[in-house]
Amino acid sequence: MLRSLHRWPGLLALALVTLLALSGAALSVFPAAERLAAPGAVPGQTVGALLARVAAANPGVEEIARSPAGRITADWTTAGGPVSMVIDPASGRAVGPAVPDRLHRWLVNLHRSLFLGDAGRIAAAAGAAALLLLVGTGAVMVARRAGGWRRWFAPVRGGQAGRWHVQAARLTLPGLVFSALTGLWMTAATFDLLPQGAPTRQTFAPGTGGNALAATAVADLRVLTLPDPGSAGGTIRLTTVAGSGTVDPASGALLSWTAPGRWQQLAEAVAALHSGRGAAVLGLVLGLMALGVPVMGGTGVALWLGRRRGHPRVRANAPAGRAETVILVGSDSGSTWGFAAALHRALTAAGQSVHLGAMSAFAPARYAMARRILILTATTGDGAEPASARGFLDRLARAEPLAIPLAILGFGDRSFPQFCGYAEAVAAAATARGWARLIPFDTVDRQSPQDFGRWGRALGDAIGLPLDLAHQPVRPVSHRLVLVSRRDYGAEVQAPTAILRFALPRVPLWRRLTGRGFGRFAAGDLLGIAPEGSAVPRFYSLASGTADGFVEIVVRKHPGGLCSGQLLALAPGDGIAAFLRPNPGFRPDAGAAPLILIGAGSGIGPLAGFIRANRAGRAVHLFFGLRHPDSDFLYAEELTEWQLEGRLARLCTAVSRGARPHHVQDALRQEAAQVARLIRDGARIMVCGGRGMAGGVAEALAEILAPLGLSPAALRAEGRYVEDVY
Amino acid sequence: MKPTLAALALTTALTVPGLGHARPVTFTATLNDYGGNGAYLAFYVTDPSGAYVGSLWMAGRKSGYYQHLTGWYQATGGDPAQIDGITGASVGAGRTLKITLDLADTLMDAGYTLHVDAAAENLRESPNDVTVPLTAAGAGQTVAGRRYVAAFSYQM
Repeated sequence: MLRSLHRWPGLLALALVTLLALSGAALSVFPAAERLAAPGAVPGQTVGALLARVAAANPGVEEIARSPAGRITADWTTAGGPVSMVIDPASGRAVGPAVPDRLHRWLVNLHRSLFLGDAGRIAAAAGAAALLLLVGTGAVMVARRAGGWRRWFAPVRGGQAGRWHVQAARLTLPGLVFSALTGLWMTAATFDLLPQGAPTRQTFAPGTGGNALAATAVADLRVLTLPDPGSAGGTIRLTTVAGSGTVDPASGALLSWTAPGRWQQLAEAVAALHSGRGAAVLGLVLGLMALGVPVMGGTGVALWLGRRRGHPRVRANAPAGRAETVILVGSDSGSTWGFAAALHRALTAAGQSVHLGAMSAFAPARYAMARRILILTATTGDGAEPASARGFLDRLARAEPLAIPLAILGFGDRSFPQFCGYAEAVAAAATARGWARLIPFDTVDRQSPQDFGRWGRALGDAIGLPLDLAHQPVRPVSHRLVLVSRRDYGAEVQAPTAILRFALPRVPLWRRLTGRGFGRFAAGDLLGIAPEGSAVPRFYSLASGTADGFVEIVVRKHPGGLCSGQLLALAPGDGIAAFLRPNPGFRPDAGAAPLILIGAGSGIGPLAGFIRANRAGRAVHLFFGLRHPDSDFLYAEELTEWQLEGRLARLCTAVSRGARPHHVQDALRQEAAQVARLIRDGARIMVCGGRGMAGGVAEALAEILAPLGLSPAALRAEGRYVEDVY
Repeated sequence: MKPTLAALALTTALTVPGLGHARPVTFTATLNDYGGNGAYLAFYVTDPSGAYVGSLWMAGRKSGYYQHLTGWYQATGGDPAQIDGITGASVGAGRTLKITLDLADTLMDAGYTLHVDAAAENLRESPNDVTVPLTAAGAGQTVAGRRYVAAFSYQM
């Protein structure tokens, strides 16, 4: 909902808002340029002193004006007509003609009315209003994604376009709000939509007004108009920042004074701030911030296009109220939509009327003609609901169950601890609410076409339609990574392992902005590699982040392993095709509490990456299990170095070969007192390695935690105990 | 532009008994190329003592800018009733404004003076850019204004 409210006005108003922003940014330069070009002001100079100088140097002067940027001009009439000159206030002499700036006028007219008069002014105001709407909806989305307004400046993750979009928004938001609001105010004032406020007028008896010309500083002057020599008894008209009045030319005494009303003063102040007149630096800042608009426009379009690619278009989607089959999708990255679209196609081809929608739009009351509901849902890294299923469980809990059956298919990756956790939760909730089941709950592992086809056949049998579900998921765009270096370990202990370091792939900017770049990553994210001879990618935990400037993984050769065999056969200069998959569930949180990292063998990869990125010096305790210190002590040199630099507080190794075989869980038990103290201080535990090791670690921690009245399950629920297990 | 308006019926001071004693007068003002946005022009009449009598035409619709037509503004205090119904668009640089109004016969050859105040955004104000006596003999004669009006005339 919020996204649509951001996206559609954004796309509609894109050209208009960009035009306003670019013209505004260009205009912001003028006050500063004028200030720099104007002859220097004389400190403390009064209007009377200036008038005396100018009149002496230029007999017949009719008017002296000061622009808010400080440029002083004087006008008089020659035989050839009226002239307007720029004046040096120190000498009173003309230094050059004051030529109206046509470019400035052209830009102003473009900016405020698109050369279309009042209709254009209304259009420009609509552009400002659209900008406010975009800023508002965008800010709420940024805050939501960051996890609250307090985390407004939290680092952004995701594709290049998304990050640029959010960064530009966070930096330029104050300026854009200010410019849009003051712009709307100016339009309202132009159309007399604001109260005017009565000016106050005073008249002074001769000799009581004081010498206005001597009392007014040049810095406050706007216009000084001398009396027409042709008409007797004329007065000087003096306009300053505070108002305007008449002055006796002989004595300089003030005769009358008119101060504008409050609203008028406010309107002038708003106009001055919006245009940077008299506030050149503010104007430049606002102009710079306005440049965020084209950046956000371009990246916003790129985001929208990227999302469209992720969501396949569905032909002949039946309305929810008239469909026999309702398909609901829970998807985060969009891959589940592809499967759902294939299902929609197959059912539609079999003559069914089918509605495909997001789980978040679940509304059983509308499914008047439905005979079955099919739910296809993914699970996020930490087992939570995917984006398009937001609020589904609440709706399910509130809705009266229908007499029609449900079928639920979970999509996930068995290498994650929460495999199809959300889909299971949905299935359990539906059963608890009394929904009938069309076919048993099933899962699809790593987008397997075979799993999906099998489920389709079961569904077809249940509804009496032969269903052939063919869906080859679109694999993320792979990039070629070139091996820079490799370090080999463990051959002597029958565990050949290598730290492979690849160069960051070079991707053209446009491809990055349209979401087809390699992407940003952090240690703990996954690198997907499809080996030659297999379509199924394998995933390796990354031991480096984008900031490190290289892509590093730790690979152990498995006997007969296709992918690990190919990787360990790489020599520097060789390349492989790979893509990124974010793994947000396995990342150090942003806090300052201690971290306990536990890993064995190649599981040290992401943990080493966390330590390398720990520039803030957070207390990190590493428990590392290896076979023999002389053979498979991965990252031995770096770990020593990181300890010296304060990135690693303590290193505790457990050696499994030798006189006293020792595993990480044994090391934990040995350090039970310290581990318990760290956990009491709020420490977070991250485990990476084989399934057996993780089980042993959980057991050992259960023993250590029991005296504290805690358990691994309780810590897991708090997000303080996370695993990356393979 | 050729609106034929009973200006005198709208501005009280110019009304005379019997509308029959009125005749159409066409005012033509051509602006020079002063290099700015459309100019605001106020046409108004003063009596032999110099006192404001009434307004004939206001070119320019944004009341916020009227204060820059200083002669007219001082005379009227910016009273919108003075130009109610006799307001048109501002006049671009180099363009010509032509208006035809029914003027009371008694305004002619009776010492009345027509004033045209002019102003354009961010440029110098020009009260009394044109001042001409309203006389039958003056009709058809072209005069130059001081700053914005290149040529002004009225035809009966």
